[in-house]
Amino acid sequence: MTATRYDRAPGDRSTPAELQAETPPGVLVYTIGLFLAVVLTATSFWAANTSLLWAPGVPLGLAVLAIAQMGVHLVFFLHITTGPDNTNNVLALAFGVLIVTLVVAGSLWIMANLNDSMMPPAELMNLHMQH
Amino acid sequence: MNVAVAVYDVEHEALSGVSEAGPAPKRIVVAYGFWIFLLSDIVMFSALFAAYAVLVRSTAGGPNGAELFNQASAALETACLLASSYTCGLMSLAASSRRRVGTYLGAVVTFALGAAFLALEIREFADMIAHGATPQRSAFLSAFFTLVGCHGLHVAVGLIWLTVMMAQVAIKGFRASVQRRLLCFSLFWHALDIIWVGLFTVVYLMGVAP
Repeated sequence: MTATRYDRAPGDRSTPAELQAETPPGVLVYTIGLFLAVVLTATSFWAANTSLLWAPGVPLGLAVLAIAQMGVHLVFFLHITTGPDNTNNVLALAFGVLIVTLVVAGSLWIMANLNDSMMPPAELMNLHMQH
Repeated sequence: MNVAVAVYDVEHEALSGVSEAGPAPKRIVVAYGFWIFLLSDIVMFSALFAAYAVLVRSTAGGPNGAELFNQASAALETACLLASSYTCGLMSLAASSRRRVGTYLGAVVTFALGAAFLALEIREFADMIAHGATPQRSAFLSAFFTLVGCHGLHVAVGLIWLTVMMAQVAIKGFRASVQRRLLCFSLFWHALDIIWVGLFTVVYLMGVAP
């Protein structure tokens, strides 16, 4: 019982002996993860090169596929679960995701605004070009 | 379903004992600390991603992504890194059940695939530089070489780390400290693959898409 008192280390899937029999073998977990990751990667490469899809929607689709694949890696390779022994790992991950979102979305937002506000009028641009 | 119920029951009984149980085992503390490090590393990468996304159109009249990037090579790099992440998982399974041959085999395949990834990336960089697309050429290329080069540097460090770990397994065997380091290594290697997923999507797929 002592093992369940503590959090589980990230990346660890060693379970108490009584649960061992009911969890799928490790090789199977990694193989399912590999299969899903290959399918998602192949789909992204296909979506980026096909002309069958509506072109403006492709970048959004690629982003969704990438986030899905990151989720597959977290669950099947890093063994992050929603179990109570994983709460600390998930909370740290959630904080990381928050900071990543703030940095990337914030930078893009501010720089897009800056570009819009700083863009000189067309005639001024032409003057610049002449000098 | 049954498994989940059993786990929750156990937790309720065990919760009262947490304070008496004392500090968590070193394996959990070390892996959690390394997990925090990995997340801060990912935050650093997010800054590089943001810089790349902001500067991707600033080509200063130089070549842009669609002209430079070769998707076949990117697909091959992705396959190498994904397969090496899988063999790294198999290696950590062998290590936790103390199978020496399985651990060495997993490590050799992981190392070979990681080295193949690195070789492909270096060849790609050399190719670009030979065609005049150096980091000094434009802000876009500076951001590209920083982002992809930083990931490549992490892979190179991982390869050195893997070599050191195999030497430790050979000399020290599967003692607890070596097991902890192997766990940290596999966390590091899987995290690098997660970063690469974002990287090939943002750089190679979105950059080339019409």
